[in-house]
Amino acid sequence: MNVHLLSLLVFSPLLGIVMVALMPKKEERTIKQFGFFGTLPPLFLSFFLCSQYYSGVALSLFDIKLNWIRFGNLEMYDPKLFTVDFELGLDGLSLIFILLTTIISSLAAIASIYIKQGWKGYYLLFLILEIGMLGVFTAENLILFFIFFEMTLIPAFFLIGRWGFLEREKASYSFLIYNGIGSAVLLVAILVLFARTGTTNIAALTQIMTMGGVSLFAPISGSMKFGLCLAFLVAFAIKLPVFPFHSWMVRVHAEAPPSIVMIHAGVLLKIGAYGMIRFGMGIFPEQYKSLAFTVVLFGVLSFLYGAFLALVQTDFKLVLAYSSISHMGIVMMGLGALNEAGIQGAIFQVISHGLIAALLFFLVAVLYERTGTTMLPKLGGLAKSMPIFSGFMLACGLASLGLPGMSGFISEFMVFLGLFKSQPLLAAIGVIGLVLTAVYILRAVMLMTFGKNDRLVEKEKRDLRGWELVPATVLLGLIISVGVYPNLLGGPLQGTIKAMMLALGGR
Amino acid sequence: MEWNTMLSYDWGAMMPEFIILGTAMILSILDLFWPKHFNRRKLAWLALTGIILACLSLISLLSFETVSILSDTFRLDSFAKAFKLLLLFGAGLIILLAEGYEPQEGLREHRGEFYYLFLTALLGAMVMSSSGDLITLFVGLELLSLSSYILVGMRKHDRKSNEASMKYVINGGISTAITLFGMSYLYGVTGSVNLGEMSRTMAAMTDGQLQYIMGLAFFMVFVGLSFKIAAAPFHMWAPDIYEGAPTPVVAFLSVISKIAGFVIILRIFLSLFLTASGDTFGALDFLEKNNIYIASLAGLTIIIGNVVALRQHNLKRLFAYSSIAHAGYLLVAVATLGGGYFLIDTVWFYLMAYVLMNIGAFAVIQLLASQSGSEDISILAGLGRKSPFLAIGFTVFILSLAGIPGTTGFIGKLNIFLGTFITEPGHFVLAGIMIAGTVVSYVYYFGILVQVFFRPIHSEKVIKIRSGLSAVLIICVIGTILFGVAPNIALDFIHDQFGEFTDFISSK
Repeated sequence: MNVHLLSLLVFSPLLGIVMVALMPKKEERTIKQFGFFGTLPPLFLSFFLCSQYYSGVALSLFDIKLNWIRFGNLEMYDPKLFTVDFELGLDGLSLIFILLTTIISSLAAIASIYIKQGWKGYYLLFLILEIGMLGVFTAENLILFFIFFEMTLIPAFFLIGRWGFLEREKASYSFLIYNGIGSAVLLVAILVLFARTGTTNIAALTQIMTMGGVSLFAPISGSMKFGLCLAFLVAFAIKLPVFPFHSWMVRVHAEAPPSIVMIHAGVLLKIGAYGMIRFGMGIFPEQYKSLAFTVVLFGVLSFLYGAFLALVQTDFKLVLAYSSISHMGIVMMGLGALNEAGIQGAIFQVISHGLIAALLFFLVAVLYERTGTTMLPKLGGLAKSMPIFSGFMLACGLASLGLPGMSGFISEFMVFLGLFKSQPLLAAIGVIGLVLTAVYILRAVMLMTFGKNDRLVEKEKRDLRGWELVPATVLLGLIISVGVYPNLLGGPLQGTIKAMMLALGGR
Repeated sequence: MEWNTMLSYDWGAMMPEFIILGTAMILSILDLFWPKHFNRRKLAWLALTGIILACLSLISLLSFETVSILSDTFRLDSFAKAFKLLLLFGAGLIILLAEGYEPQEGLREHRGEFYYLFLTALLGAMVMSSSGDLITLFVGLELLSLSSYILVGMRKHDRKSNEASMKYVINGGISTAITLFGMSYLYGVTGSVNLGEMSRTMAAMTDGQLQYIMGLAFFMVFVGLSFKIAAAPFHMWAPDIYEGAPTPVVAFLSVISKIAGFVIILRIFLSLFLTASGDTFGALDFLEKNNIYIASLAGLTIIIGNVVALRQHNLKRLFAYSSIAHAGYLLVAVATLGGGYFLIDTVWFYLMAYVLMNIGAFAVIQLLASQSGSEDISILAGLGRKSPFLAIGFTVFILSLAGIPGTTGFIGKLNIFLGTFITEPGHFVLAGIMIAGTVVSYVYYFGILVQVFFRPIHSEKVIKIRSGLSAVLIICVIGTILFGVAPNIALDFIHDQFGEFTDFISSK
């Protein structure tokens, strides 16, 4: 049964899709329940995989490979030439991303209770989105990766454009265009590799790119390798997003429904980081090394830029949007550090930000439901009427600014540890951002929870209650447990990072 | 010609053509003698039967070796078989479309003509795909063109239709004249009209003077044929004609006529210019030397098609520009010639994808346009709420046209890209233009989807779908998804059946 476990995991949301699709349109309650239940099979399967891993089963046992597409008619040279197989696989890195995906998807499905209309379409798209995300992190070849990558794009476009706030269509268009350009660049890079080497398998490509290999048609020159590496980095930098490519993401954060932003900030942005690690660093270690300074530079730029702009926003959603850009800057800084601490820190930051952002946007969803606004000047004194909510908000804010004992601290600490070793100057400039982060987060949280409460639009304000406590507690629990016991993540990552360091020259 | 010689030919090779011709004749006679009040719509099923029979006879011919009859003017080689299959498949779908056509006014009284003119046009395209010399090629081309001129003007009380028909005749006439002019040079230089003989002569030709003339001939033929496939800058006729003609005819023009255009381009280019020598030493192939012209035209076509489509509000005009852009993508495949490995099967696969997604999209457009009496993009508004299944089907076609993974259109584009990158130096500029065009196309394709899903309902009228039309929709949706998820079914079929098209490439 091991053989098909991964495809079962990736396509298990289909069960939910069928259930939701069979429901009549008007059955709001049932559709919402089925939509949530649809996210459970992948969740349990990912827990099962995780338990297998911790009990010592090798993850490569779960790899599957099926013949799929053969392009051209070149089998007289080599039957494997220009074939694309359906191959899924796992390693520590993807396992962690899978867990992040399944957990956040389930919690976001709970948070989707606030969706006011069109539940059926919403949950259908939501579950398709989940299939795409799971596929992205398990795909073992570039074409498959790209297919799943695009599979996240289309549902997200509709989810933003149909169920978002006032300017949703603009937001979904800019999401589409930016990400479309990103995936276009990615596609070109993938196809150049495919055309020149005849394979898209990641392991095979890593081998060919680092050790050299025979090419049937035209070789890949050194400068072309450099260009390809750059293309991968740019494509994923748009996805991440890094400073000059960020404007779409701000719009999406501000206009998309909060439950989708949980997914978006929690998982979708992380595909960018995942891609950089897997493809930028993994396939082109030599070229990546020469680009490391640029990577750090843009990391520092986004870190500071995001922090400065978050400082002056009056809409809480925008504060969070710019804070996301800022935090993704930290990821870039860690990835550019080129040493174990830096890379590990970057991955920790990816996971930690995924959890924190998901929690924050869950709280935004609650807030918007209760007060109908997210504008800071209109909010205040929430601590009095909603103490539990405010407590979560404060805790989450503290995690976000990197308080020791929370996940944010571990990641920032390790990133700077690594960066001071390799790029001390940029690291020193980057540290300013840490101060700014503390300022903007505390400012926003304080304005909301304390301050005068008479500014609030009068409306019934219920505190977090019942099922609403589930996502909040789970996420906060994860944030704290990663912060207290980082080896939870460190263990599975060990192997991947070791391999990376070996390819990068073991600095 | 002796009677015995006539009998000695293997006429079986022409079976599909005979069936189509026979059906067309039966239909025209029936149309003549059937009483006026008899509904001509029933002729559609007869026409469909003819097409299916032709298709079956073609399938039975698949395993045959290359047959060449009528002193090598008619060849049934792998190329002909592959493209005839495509033509018949597309034609069958369009007949079903036409069966379900319910215009505000017009087509009803001319239904009979529509079906047999459609079949003669199809016959022309089929003759083109298996012609062995310039004369048959040209006869096929003219048969196709003349039939389609009339088809475009079918709604004779409609001013737009009349205008379209007039424009089409004039433009088409000019393009035919230019093509013929180019062909006359080719005849002059080689002294033969047989493609095989011509290519042998041209391969051996290293005289600079003659090569100059050959270049001229290439240029003329290419310009003339660019009209046919609506490649920029010779695309101007397309939007007006798409707007004026009845929808099934538009589907015919954008699919069958386009396939036929590429058939003749590949026939002439691959059999004549591929191996002709390009310089006085015979070191460089002619097409290799001159494919920069095809490449620039491809780039231009992609840019113009996609950019102008952004500003269209009339659905048919929008699809006209989209079809121009797709002609550009296909020309990229022709221009890159990927070492011979990614050419014919690439074009074939892309055209197959195009048949499925474009006919499907036109089916939806026809349905909505005929019910609302308008062709503005806003007729799509609220389709997602009014008829979810229709909307999802339409979404599949649009996503496929935009080249989103999971659909046939994506695999088609992938194939073309592989062809552009596989050579050294790769055609990076061309690929860049193509990918940029694709991103631009997202804007208008998704603009259509925005209408479908985000906008409030336009009219409350219930949508009725005729069975023929729903059959088209179902076939196209299944095909688009199936060949997108498991493209191997089609790719393996074409590789197993036709190999490398070796009998076509090495026919000289």
